[in-house]
Amino acid sequence: MFGIFPFANTVVLSFTNAKPLGGAARNVGLRNYTEMFHDPDFWTAVKNSVEYALVVVPLMVMLPLMLAVLVSKKIPGIGFFRTAFYLPVLASIVVVGFSWSWMLGENGMINTLLKDLHLTGRPIEFLTDPHLLLLSAMAMTVWKGQGWYMVIYLAALGNVPKELYEAAEMDGAGAIRKFFSVTIPGVRLTMAIVGTLTAIGSLRVFTEIFILGGPTGGPGGQARTLPFYIRDAALDPETGNLGYGSAISVALFVLTVGLTLLGLWLSRGKEGTR
Amino acid sequence: MIARKRLRLAGRYAVLLSVTVVMVGPLLWQLFIALKGQNESVYGNGSFSVPTHPTLHNFAAVMKRIPVWTYLKNSFTVVGMSIASNLVLATTGGYMLSRPGWRGAKAVFLVLVISMMFPFESIMISLFIDIRDLSLIDKLTGVWLPGVVGAFNVLIMRAAFAAVPDEVEEAAVLDGAGEWRRFTRVFLPSARGAMLVVAITTFIGAWDDFLWPFIVLRSDHSFTLTLGLARLQSTSFGFDERTVMAGSIISVIPVLILFIATQRWFYKGVEAGAVKM
Repeated sequence: MFGIFPFANTVVLSFTNAKPLGGAARNVGLRNYTEMFHDPDFWTAVKNSVEYALVVVPLMVMLPLMLAVLVSKKIPGIGFFRTAFYLPVLASIVVVGFSWSWMLGENGMINTLLKDLHLTGRPIEFLTDPHLLLLSAMAMTVWKGQGWYMVIYLAALGNVPKELYEAAEMDGAGAIRKFFSVTIPGVRLTMAIVGTLTAIGSLRVFTEIFILGGPTGGPGGQARTLPFYIRDAALDPETGNLGYGSAISVALFVLTVGLTLLGLWLSRGKEGTR
Repeated sequence: MIARKRLRLAGRYAVLLSVTVVMVGPLLWQLFIALKGQNESVYGNGSFSVPTHPTLHNFAAVMKRIPVWTYLKNSFTVVGMSIASNLVLATTGGYMLSRPGWRGAKAVFLVLVISMMFPFESIMISLFIDIRDLSLIDKLTGVWLPGVVGAFNVLIMRAAFAAVPDEVEEAAVLDGAGEWRRFTRVFLPSARGAMLVVAITTFIGAWDDFLWPFIVLRSDHSFTLTLGLARLQSTSFGFDERTVMAGSIISVIPVLILFIATQRWFYKGVEAGAVKM
């Protein structure tokens, strides 16, 4: 049922050489796994996905919290600002991708601005350099997703006792100190949840790279993430190998569980030092 | 003292406004590009300018280039089926799980929680084989089927039904209401907020989904809107930024309408969901 049966099936498939168009599949033992460990494209995808999580998770834990604090005070017009910050969540990732690929293009807004300010001689290759492409996609993920976590943090902020803020104010704490000594400890559990959710989300990234970097996943597929590589390796009608793609899927799952456990362990460690 | 407070407030608004520029600017500019005429530049220094002669020409052009109405119809078909199946199965399933005292309830609950651990991308090959063997490749039913009911939605509904006070249910029992009647007359109405959250998140999820439809759908006439738009962008032949942006504006409108209509309940629902997490 649900995820469990298909995943068990994926594990079984990973020992075969099933083809996307059907036909008989043979048992090939561990061959897919040995091939995978010697496949530079696989390791590029692992590196890209892990890097994605390492950059995106801290930003997604902190920026939405700062946004939530910023809109938590009920001042006139705050509803407008909350909606404005939430807007990118509503636009689909494909739509957001269009606007970013236009902005970051050779002749786009950002490069034009940089040129007009005489900061760069040549246009920066945001979309054609594999590394910059990944960074651009990460920025887009954060930009699009932070409104969602802002709403979650807003709810969590409502549960932080007001007395703690008042006590901190009596001690003469400024806004920044209040943020670090009251807000962050108060929403620590939510931060752990957001961190875990965004870690899992980072490993699932596909569309960002597809829209910004094109169907190849950047020049020579150098910016492909794990889901991207699963699709390419498994489902290409001619060269695809479902068995090999399944082996990569198992690797993706192992990585997801690993990152989740790491996140739980990190947040528990902090709880202990408090 | 008051002057300082005012200054602080002004500073707060300044920060709020600059963040707004970052968050809304790209989307607003997308609209601007969609409204620009052919003789207004969208690149270089022209990228900063606002349309001087706004035109709807690009919207007509995108409809001529790609079958927008077919894509829209396909997207709405998948979204409609997903919302219907999720609502029916999450409410009935959540109700059953919220009723104590039957064997296996705990096991089912555990299965639901565990199943949320598997990222979709790690099971999509297995699902692809299922869909292929059911001859549902290139069919909208094939896009819909894996998302027939989300485990998380069942859990949301379970929590909502569990929150209904026992006295309310007991009163209904005393009135002689049977199980089905209690479900439809007492439980469903009191869980309307949670149902709305399920419906909205299902809507946004199905509307935005890209990778799975991309794998299942093959021919132009079965594409959903996101797929069709992506193809419009990648077929660089006669690629026009204005047309692409007009297409993306069209795809944002339904979600925007939904959000405006349900905004109040939506925030409440997300907050309720977040508190329970």
